[in-house]
Amino acid sequence: MPLNLRGADIVVNCLKDEGVEYIFGYPGGAALHIYDALYWSDAVKHILVRHEQGAAHAADGYARATGKPGVVLVTSGPGVTNTITGIATAYMDSIPMVVITGQVPSGLIGDDAFQEVDTVGVTRPCVKHNFLIKDVTKIAETMKKAFYIASSGRPGPVVVDIPKDITSQTADYHYPEQIHMRSYQPRVQGNSRQIARGIDLLVGARRPVIYTGGGAVLSDAQDALIDLVDTLQYPSTSTLMGLGAIPASNPFFLGMLGMHGTYESNMAMYECDVMLAVGARFDDRVTGDLAKFSPGSKIVQIDIDPSSIGKNVAVSVPIVGDCNEILVEMNRQLKERVGEIDRENVDLWWKTVESWKAVDSLAYEESNTVIKPQFVVQKLFEVTRGEAYVTSDVGQHQMWAAQHYAFEKPRRWINSGGLGTMGFGLPAAMGVQLAFPEDIVVCITGDASIQMCLQELSTCLQYNLPVKVVNLNNQYMGMVRQWQEFFYDRRYSHSYMDALPDFVKLAESYGHIGMRIESPDAVEGALEEAFGMKDRLVFLDIITDQTENVYPMIAAGKGHNEMQFKPSDREGEVQERELA
Amino acid sequence: MRRIISLLLEHEPGALARVAGLFTARGYNIESLTVASTDDPSLARMTIVTNGSDAVIEQITKQLNKLIDVVKLRDLTEGGHLGRELMLVKVSAQTADQKDDIKRLVDIFRGRIIDVTESTYTLEMTGSTEKVNAFLDALAHVELVEVVRSGILGIGRGKHALKI
Ligand SMILES: Cc1ncc(C[n+]2csc(CCOP(=O)(O)OP(=O)(O)O)c2C)c(N)n1
Repeated sequence: MPLNLRGADIVVNCLKDEGVEYIFGYPGGAALHIYDALYWSDAVKHILVRHEQGAAHAADGYARATGKPGVVLVTSGPGVTNTITGIATAYMDSIPMVVITGQVPSGLIGDDAFQEVDTVGVTRPCVKHNFLIKDVTKIAETMKKAFYIASSGRPGPVVVDIPKDITSQTADYHYPEQIHMRSYQPRVQGNSRQIARGIDLLVGARRPVIYTGGGAVLSDAQDALIDLVDTLQYPSTSTLMGLGAIPASNPFFLGMLGMHGTYESNMAMYECDVMLAVGARFDDRVTGDLAKFSPGSKIVQIDIDPSSIGKNVAVSVPIVGDCNEILVEMNRQLKERVGEIDRENVDLWWKTVESWKAVDSLAYEESNTVIKPQFVVQKLFEVTRGEAYVTSDVGQHQMWAAQHYAFEKPRRWINSGGLGTMGFGLPAAMGVQLAFPEDIVVCITGDASIQMCLQELSTCLQYNLPVKVVNLNNQYMGMVRQWQEFFYDRRYSHSYMDALPDFVKLAESYGHIGMRIESPDAVEGALEEAFGMKDRLVFLDIITDQTENVYPMIAAGKGHNEMQFKPSDREGEVQERELA
Repeated sequence: MRRIISLLLEHEPGALARVAGLFTARGYNIESLTVASTDDPSLARMTIVTNGSDAVIEQITKQLNKLIDVVKLRDLTEGGHLGRELMLVKVSAQTADQKDDIKRLVDIFRGRIIDVTESTYTLEMTGSTEKVNAFLDALAHVELVEVVRSGILGIGRGKHALKI
């Protein structure tokens, strides 16, 4: 046991012993002892961002792509408040993260000291847990607990706040191999009787649907899930957060459900008699109006968080535990019972589902004069052969990415689904690219979102991160404009992006390559060229149709059976739309 | 429905704030909340009185259980239980008649007079919420100077204990 290490060195040793590869951060007074300790460390690589929000999103992107907790280091006060958006983003999507924050010296806490903020207080509502370390001998144990809590059970961000004096005091260092907490013992294994009851419902179903969410991705349940879907051969859909767990090409997969999901997915949810929910939390963007949600179904819900079960809708068979463990057990029990499935009725059900599929709800009107954003995403899919890690920001581009990039694997689609944080895409892409330097990482963004964490282009240069930024530039906050068109009589209040920068020059001034694409026939070539530059960040500014809307759509407060389609599919409706 | 929920918490700074914050953040009601240390110095015991539909109460207990500092939880209302509240009341007691009247009421309700000045009595009353309320009703004609209530402390009936 190394004797008498400084608190700061203990922190860095903990990171090393925890196997942390990268730490994303930004220095400042209260964190300087820890930064000094990092100076001597080569096991843990520090990535210097340009804004603490970027650090949190980068760590988050790293965590989403790898499944390992992302680590952040910031100073007290403004360092902490700048990370809040990133912490809340990770919290809403249950992403494992450990955020180490410097704090003013213990003796000054509560005195409104320079750069003091009540970190434990301001982060409390958006963390899984947080700690304030008041004793240098408690650092190692607390760090172990932080990593354990962040990455077990339903994952989430954990903040560890360390006053500056604690990082200069000394103590013996010993990193615990394991930690036991009497107050925290998340349940992993599912109750096998509940699983059997779930199977009873599933094999007896006539109009079944499988609905998977982010929990399936977080628990790496893809193999068990594919096994289940292939055994049952039931229509299957996924939330925005679950995309990729079931490969898009799986014949039983209906695409995404929810506000901008496919018609067949939403109708299957509406008309089903048995629903199996796997790691999905019945979020309002998925369910639409709860009063009209899946009126005739019995629900089997698998989730590691008991509070996610029965929160918004009544559940017939709750199964608490890790999605993967439960699906493995479910598959085992199911093997003997597949014969009980009512194939005749399920086939009839498939016929109905196929008729909904035939509507082709994601189709859009092609153009050879203006660039359709959906077309860009489809070309991007082709050029990257569907193998890219795709991060996104928030808005129309995010929905088009989710609809048109066919994800074959989990952890490839990285977006802020829960909090809906503009500014997430670029820093998240940095985290992913660091984790997978050889892979293709694309950030699909919009002209408004990209400006929210733009400064990270500088970080990308410093660390040679050859992210490809695909800016679907419609000169609008497109999603806001769409709502104003639909629900506010086309009063486009403050959604026009005036005074946009020249993104090409901007990228160049950051030392990257910028490209501007203005005609549909130039898209494919430009993408080929950009992705050919494997070691450069390329910023593709693609000028897209300003009037395009995301379809289909369930307006807020409507039910799954009340989807709205693109104008040409609606009769008697004005098709000419002009922008103010 | 009104519920009495008992918790054992890690006796850590901030544990109370986590519980209270949960109730405000999720819009749950708190009728009363009491917390103090126990025979085990590492644990605090909390009694929360809340109300809501069955679905809301289910969420409240699940969300509380999810807090890392919560070691154990029981909804006491689900079984036999005892709830006791302490009330301190300062009343105006000026005339001999008033003083006699108050002493009589305190006797009937088995309370105590714990402080006296030339113009006030301070009364102590423990019991179920109903009893404490009934006592306050009985004091309706008396001028209340100050009323302090502890909120409910709860414990289950019988041998069973909320312990680790
Ligand atoms: C930080 C933040 N602020 C505001 C919003 C609300 N919002 C959602 S989408 C959107 C517009 C996004 O515009 P853009 O990035 O250009 O994407 P587009 O919708 O045009 O594809 C806004 C303002 C948000 N999600 N996040």
